Amino acid sequence: MMLTDSNTDVNQPLLHLQHIRVRFGSYTVLRDFTLEIPRGQTLAIIGESGCGKTVLLKSMIGLVRPEQGKVWFNGLELQQLNEQELTRERIKIGFVFQQAALFDSMTIGQNVAFPLRHHVRMNAAEIPSHVVDRLAEVGLPSHVVLKKPVELSGGMRKRVGLARALILDPELVLYDEPTTGLDPIMSDVINELIIRTRSRYTVTSVVVTHDMRTARKVADRIVMLTPVDQLKDGESQIIFDGPPSELERIQDPRVGQFVRGEAGSRLTEVLH
Amino acid sequence: MNSAVVQRTGVLFADWMANWGRVVLDGVETVGAMTLFAWKTLRWMLAKRPPPESLWPNLYQVGVLSLPVVALTGTFIGMVLAVQSHFQFSQLGLESRLGAVINMTLVRELGPVLAATMLAGRVGGAMAAELGTMRVTEQIDALDSMGANPIHYLVVPRVLACLFLIPTLTVMADFMGFVGGYGYSVAILGIDEHYYLYNSEQFVEAFDLFAGLFKSFFFGAAIAIVSCYRGFHCRPGAEGVGHAATSSFVISFVLILMLDLFLGILLDSFYYTVWPQGASLF
Repeated sequence: MMLTDSNTDVNQPLLHLQHIRVRFGSYTVLRDFTLEIPRGQTLAIIGESGCGKTVLLKSMIGLVRPEQGKVWFNGLELQQLNEQELTRERIKIGFVFQQAALFDSMTIGQNVAFPLRHHVRMNAAEIPSHVVDRLAEVGLPSHVVLKKPVELSGGMRKRVGLARALILDPELVLYDEPTTGLDPIMSDVINELIIRTRSRYTVTSVVVTHDMRTARKVADRIVMLTPVDQLKDGESQIIFDGPPSELERIQDPRVGQFVRGEAGSRLTEVLH
Repeated sequence: MNSAVVQRTGVLFADWMANWGRVVLDGVETVGAMTLFAWKTLRWMLAKRPPPESLWPNLYQVGVLSLPVVALTGTFIGMVLAVQSHFQFSQLGLESRLGAVINMTLVRELGPVLAATMLAGRVGGAMAAELGTMRVTEQIDALDSMGANPIHYLVVPRVLACLFLIPTLTVMADFMGFVGGYGYSVAILGIDEHYYLYNSEQFVEAFDLFAGLFKSFFFGAAIAIVSCYRGFHCRPGAEGVGHAATSSFVISFVLILMLDLFLGILLDSFYYTVWPQGASLF
């Protein structure tokens, strides 16, 4: 079931975004954005709402096509790939969506088996055992395979989404707000699952989050973005890039304010 | 008139022109985007077989679940045609020709248009709402991220279901309209059964049935493409999904009537070119 090809250079970054610009109408979300993600790293992308974190995550897999710039995955430029080549690369990436994005019309078993059925030549009789194994890894019992997504809680749906993202043994896992909307205990369960996934499969992970507890706990490296409309001319959109331990030492007040969760001058802006 | 009033009128006129310009540009952009969407769908239809797990539920939804409502409306339309035509025809002493006019109207116009309208309302709106919800809840992005092309997986089965089953629904509407018109004319209006059937047979030709079925293919394609396009390009939130469902029905209905006109002209031209004598009711 291994889908990863072996002729990739382990020294080159797994993902490389080069001077990308994404715009919706007249609103620029990402401006001249450059980022390299080495293999095996867990990167947390933080920043206030509307700063382009999710758009950035979707650009990494080609769900959002940058107007300018290049996205390289495994040494291949995504924009240059045809439909089939892009599909071949995409199945090396697992995407855990904010609200799990499970298919309503399918059972949990069918949801988790979906990538297997579409991309792996496998005896149909073997699929259920793979599905049950993946669900067990995220702490879900086998009987949930017959349930529909609406019958599960938010935390269970997120874990199903994680099981689905991992079913093809991806090289890169992208998490979009994995703990948003969950209680603190379930948030920590998800954090632990992210850490366990990394250690078990040695995957590269990118976690977009607002939750500083998650960022500190799971990440080797944190990148903080700021909305383009709050930047000065020529200023980089990345206002922090370093290990979690550096966060407290950084002098930029915007970083400190976000990390400590203080309203500060924003309260005045919001109220006036 | 002072210069301030002139200036203000000029500004208002410029705004009015700008608004209309925006509407026209949006319209052109939508038509272009919808054409590209239809082209992509056609390419996927030819490139790869549709996934059975997505095709069968759509065939069931479009075909089986639409049959009762199409049959019911077809029956009533047949009866309504009998009621409306009877008075005029009886004034001319042509009641016995009622079968011809009712059945000709049904197979050429009302059967296909009625089946298509019911399909646009019952299935098109549901398709737009379902796909819109999938867009809003990122299920379409999820398909894409897992290397399953959303047009191949979601749109092609819906288009095929509409294309293949709308002729069946049209035949059902025609048949039930015939039954309703016949029943009402013979049993209630007292038209002679023999003449009703004889005139129907004399004036309704195989080409009329063909014309209705030919048009229905285009109606089916228009409904499916418009509904899927509106669903795929749904705006966020409950309001966006509602708007996608409503607008898909409105656009589909307008397109059905426009296509009906143009295809009607085309088919008539073809008919009278091939058979210049034609057929006449009187």
